[in-house]
This record gives sequence, C-alpha cells and structure tokens, in this order.
Amino acid sequence: MTTVTQPGAAGPAPDAGAGPDDAFLSVRDLYVRFGTEDGVVKAVDGLSFDLARGRTLGIVGESGSGKSVTNLTVLGLHDPRNTEVKGEILLDGQELTGAGERALERLRGNKMAMIFQDSLTALSPYYTVGRQIAEPFRKHTGASRRDARLRAIEMLEKVGIPNASLRVDDYPHQFSGGMRQRAMIAMALVCDPELLIADEPTTALDVTVQAQILDLIKDLQQQTGSAIILITHDLGVVANTADDLLVMYAGRVIERGTVREVLRAPQHPYTWGLLGSMPRLASNVAEPLTPIPGAPPSLLAPPPGCPFHPRCGFSGDVPGDRCRTERPELPAGRGAACHLTAEQKRTTFTEQIKPRLG
Amino acid sequence: MLRFLARRSLGALVIILLISAITFFLFFALPSEPALMSCGKNCTPDALAVINKNLGLDQPVPVQYWHYMTGIFAGRDLTVGHCPAPCFGYSFSNQQPVWGTIVDRYPTTLSLALGGAFVFLIVGVGFGMIAAARRGTVVDKLFSSLSLIGNSLQIYFVGVIALGLFVSGGLRILDEPGYHPFTENPGKWFMGMLLPWLVLSIIFVANYTRMTRSQMIEQLGEEHVRTARAKGLSRRAVFFRYAWRGALAPIVTIFGIDLGSLFGGAMITEFTFNLHGLGRLAVSSVTETDLPTLMAVMLVGCTAIVVANIIVDAAYAFIDPRVRLA
Repeated sequence: MTTVTQPGAAGPAPDAGAGPDDAFLSVRDLYVRFGTEDGVVKAVDGLSFDLARGRTLGIVGESGSGKSVTNLTVLGLHDPRNTEVKGEILLDGQELTGAGERALERLRGNKMAMIFQDSLTALSPYYTVGRQIAEPFRKHTGASRRDARLRAIEMLEKVGIPNASLRVDDYPHQFSGGMRQRAMIAMALVCDPELLIADEPTTALDVTVQAQILDLIKDLQQQTGSAIILITHDLGVVANTADDLLVMYAGRVIERGTVREVLRAPQHPYTWGLLGSMPRLASNVAEPLTPIPGAPPSLLAPPPGCPFHPRCGFSGDVPGDRCRTERPELPAGRGAACHLTAEQKRTTFTEQIKPRLG
Repeated sequence: MLRFLARRSLGALVIILLISAITFFLFFALPSEPALMSCGKNCTPDALAVINKNLGLDQPVPVQYWHYMTGIFAGRDLTVGHCPAPCFGYSFSNQQPVWGTIVDRYPTTLSLALGGAFVFLIVGVGFGMIAAARRGTVVDKLFSSLSLIGNSLQIYFVGVIALGLFVSGGLRILDEPGYHPFTENPGKWFMGMLLPWLVLSIIFVANYTRMTRSQMIEQLGEEHVRTARAKGLSRRAVFFRYAWRGALAPIVTIFGIDLGSLFGGAMITEFTFNLHGLGRLAVSSVTETDLPTLMAVMLVGCTAIVVANIIVDAAYAFIDPRVRLA
C-alpha cells in the first residue's frame, strides 16, 4: 500500500491509494450547507477524497458527522431549495455539483447507485420487489418489461434469494429483513454501477446476516470491479470490508489512512474514543466500555478551533490555547487533524489507549 | 376476497336491520297519529279505529315491523290492493306505493352524490397535488387560502349566491338546475346537475385539497421515494408512481368516512336547488309522519352507504398490498 502525496499541494491532499489521475470519484473541497429556521447548518465543511475503481472507502463517524449528507450530495439527492453545495465532485471526469437534473437522472441507478440503511422503509410497499428492481434497468437500458423481469430474477439469484423466479413477484413486506437488504443490493446493482454507495447497509440487520451481506457486497465488487463507499458508524464493519478509511467529525475529515493504518495506530483522540466504545470479543467482560463523553457538536455553531476539543481528554497536552483557537489541519495522505505532536499521538495511544482496548 | 365479501355483507345486513328497527320503533315513540293523514276533515274516533285496523296500526309494534320487513322480500296485501315485492308499504301522503316514489326519486340523489363526489375528488386531490408539487410557492399559498375559505362556506349560502349569479342574475350561463334522466338526454342531465355538483363539492374540495397536500408532502419525504430518485427515476415518475400511490390509501379511507356526510350534503343541496330526491323525501316523510316512506328512504340510503363502504375497503386492498382482506 503506497501513499500518494503531492508535495506542496495546497489544501487537503488526495486520499491514500488513489491519486487524482486514477481516481474514479474525486471530491474536492466539498461544502454542503442547509438553511434551517435556526440558521445555517454546515453539514459538510471542506471535504476532499479520491476513490479508485475496485477499491472500498470506509467513512466512519457519529450521526450528524456529515457522512450521509456527503453521499446524498454525490448522487444529487439533496433538496436544492435549502441546500447550498460548493466544491467539486468528479465522477469519471464528469462534474456533478453543477450537473443538471436530467444528467444526474441518467447517472443515478446506472453509473452510481446507492444502498440504503433500512430496507423496510427504503423499498416502496406498493410495488413488487421484482418491479422495483426492474424499474431502473428499464429506465437506463430501455429493456422490455419481459427482459427487465428476467434481469430482476437474475439479480435476485445473484444476491442469493432462493426461488428467485417465484419471489420476484413478492412485495417487500413478504421478505425477511436480510432478504430485503439483498433485494435492495440487487436493485442497486442491476445496471452494474461503477460507483456503489452503501449507507449503513447492515445496521438494521442482526449480526450473522450482517456478515453475509458484507461478504456479498465484497463478492459482487470482485466480479464487477466497482468502487464502493461504505458509510458506517461501526469500525468493525469497516475493518473487514474497506481498504481506506475516513473518520469524519462535525462535517470534516479528522483522520485518514488505510484501514490497517488507522485501526493499528489511530492518531486522533476521536478515533481512540470510537475504538474504546466498541465491544471486543477478546476484552474483559467486566471492564466497561468507555464512551466518548459529551455529544456531537451543533453544526449550527461548531466550536471554535478544533471542533472536538470540548469532548477531548487530551487537549491539556497541547501547549497554550491552540485547541480552542486554532483549527488543526489534516495533513496530506495518512494523518489526523490534531494539534498533538506525532510523538504525543504515538506514545499516548500505545501507553494509555491500547492497554484499555485489550 | 370471497370470505371478505361474505363477512362484510353479513355485517352490513346486521347494521341495516339494526337501523331499520331503531327507525321503526323511534317513529312510534313520536307523538303522532299516522291514521289522521287519511281520515279527512270530519274524523271520528270510530273512523280512526277502522283506518288503524286497515293499516295494521292496531297491532303491536314488533308485529308491524315484522310485516313491514317481510313485505320487502315477499310482498304484502294491503287494504289498497296487493303490493308486490319489493314492498315498502303504501304512502297515504303521496297516494302511491312507496317503492314507486323511491324509484322515481333515487336517480336524482344518486346523480347528485356520485357527480359531486367525482368533482370534489378530481378537484380536491388535483389541487392538493399541485400545491404539494409547488410547495411554498404562490400557487401553494393560493390553494391553501382557497381551501380555508372553502372550508368555512355552507352549501345553502353558496347555492343561493350561485343561483343568483349564474342562473337568474348577472351571468346567465347555466340552465335552471333540475334533474333530467341521463338516459333521455345526457347533455341536459349534465347541465341540470352541474351547479348542484359544484356547490355540493365545495365543502369537500377544501378538505381534500388540504389532506392530499399534506399526504403528498409526507410521502415525498419518505425514504422509499428517495430510493426511487436514487434509481434515476424522473421527478415526475417519482411524484406520480411513488408519492401519489402512497397518498392514495389515506385519501380512500377518508372518502369512505365521508360517504355519510356526502349523503347529508346531497340532502341540503336538494333543498337549495329544489331538486326532488331522496333527501327531500326523507324530510317530508318525517314532517308528514309517513312511516313507510321514512323507512324506505332510511333502508335505501343505509344500504347504499354500507355497500359503498365495502367497495372502499375492497379498493384499499388493491391500493395497499400489505392489507389482506379476510
């Protein structure tokens, strides 16, 4: 795994594993703001990353960290009336932020597709599973009703639905939770998308089904070579599935690296907190999990300086008032947006955090 | 489906029987003397007793009820002659068998109610969808205020104004409202009913506009609608295929509930436009203490509403596959 950095590049550098040249999806300085009654919500605040074909990018963060908004913006599914989008989103060289509705409609479900979290609410209760899978296929390929139906059966077989030719005429409520999620994956993949965004694809499922669904997504990626963005709040999901990892907090990336790097030697106190709040099989049951104190900041008025400082247990290790006044920059390539020195990050993790993780 | 129909029909039968019994017994609780109607000016107690006997009014009320109800299916022999099934008795105030009056009157009410419902469903749901699609714009605000105004209007008030304006007054663009059988002259039927339809639908249009708007907006925020957009479907396809489909079920439910008030509204409309329908017949039968007619109107109206409700419930199952009829 090589880390590509651009010496002297202004602003955040491309993500590890993909330079801008071979990037299939490239997000540059993305800002997303919502106008609400209470003020302007800075949901995404200067986000950049690159993603190459055949690779999986994990995006991890709490609710409200901007991970889902980012991906809805990529698909152009935000409400244009109250949302302001700035920055660049390049999909295979095509600019998406300024693209017209028609152009986006041709891409959605075709070149880029999305798997949503809750398959019960994300599938329409009024149409059969088969029809909902066949619909984007007909729209994008102009296939006949008959061919689209055959394609839907084929896709259901591919995602492991038994008796697909019968179940194709079932309604979503006649499927179990795991089967519905499979059906949703079938729907997302029906046009062989080159970019697949999976927004918490396994959160609503029980653990055994979770593993199956993740394996399925991985398998399908190996067949099609598509790029995947996997959004989750669960580092465990990312560990086995993703190649690269972004940790998001308050609309910005606060740590970046390969999954291996971030999980082996995390550098940001927030990432330490995420790891500490995650149960592990090997850990002592008697030892309680350590949640991150406090709540995610309001995106209406994010704290000055480092947005994490009100919840951070290590801001005292930074000399002066820097955590409160100065916003830490995310270094190019592997790194974390934190004022702690590299030495402090390493020793604090190995001496204080790692032993607790067991 | 068959089981559903069987079960609901049975339930409907029970409801209709109950209502008919309540109507019948309530009528006899009234301080009325039905026999007086056919007794004439120089009525003696003896003459009255004869009439009571001839009409069967001297018998206990349950027995009279039994005769009335069996007569509907088997026909009855009345003093004025044989009354073939369906026999709803003989009305002395109208001087003819009740069934003849009903057959005479029901097309007016049916045309009025069906046409009115058609108008308010099309206009109300249409306005609601336009308002939802243009949410927050001038159009939306206009429809919202119109719906508020419409909600506070009353049929008799609007009816009289409309009559004055379109028929007798300034803009004489419409015929005098009246019922002309559809089978004889559809054009005349349409023109005669147009004003009553519009006036009857006014009170409903407001509600349906508001409800459709809020249902559409709720549906447009649903996740499955977002999924449909993520599949690359156009806004139009998503609006009609997904959001509207979802909004349809609650609209149909409310329509089922509104059937009763539709009948009530039709009654007021009949008075406003001097139409001779069942509503008018019902009111006159009460004031003239004409029991057979009152019973007949109640039974026919009740059956119509109950049957329409069964149809609405069956339609629900077609709209929402999660609903299973049993």
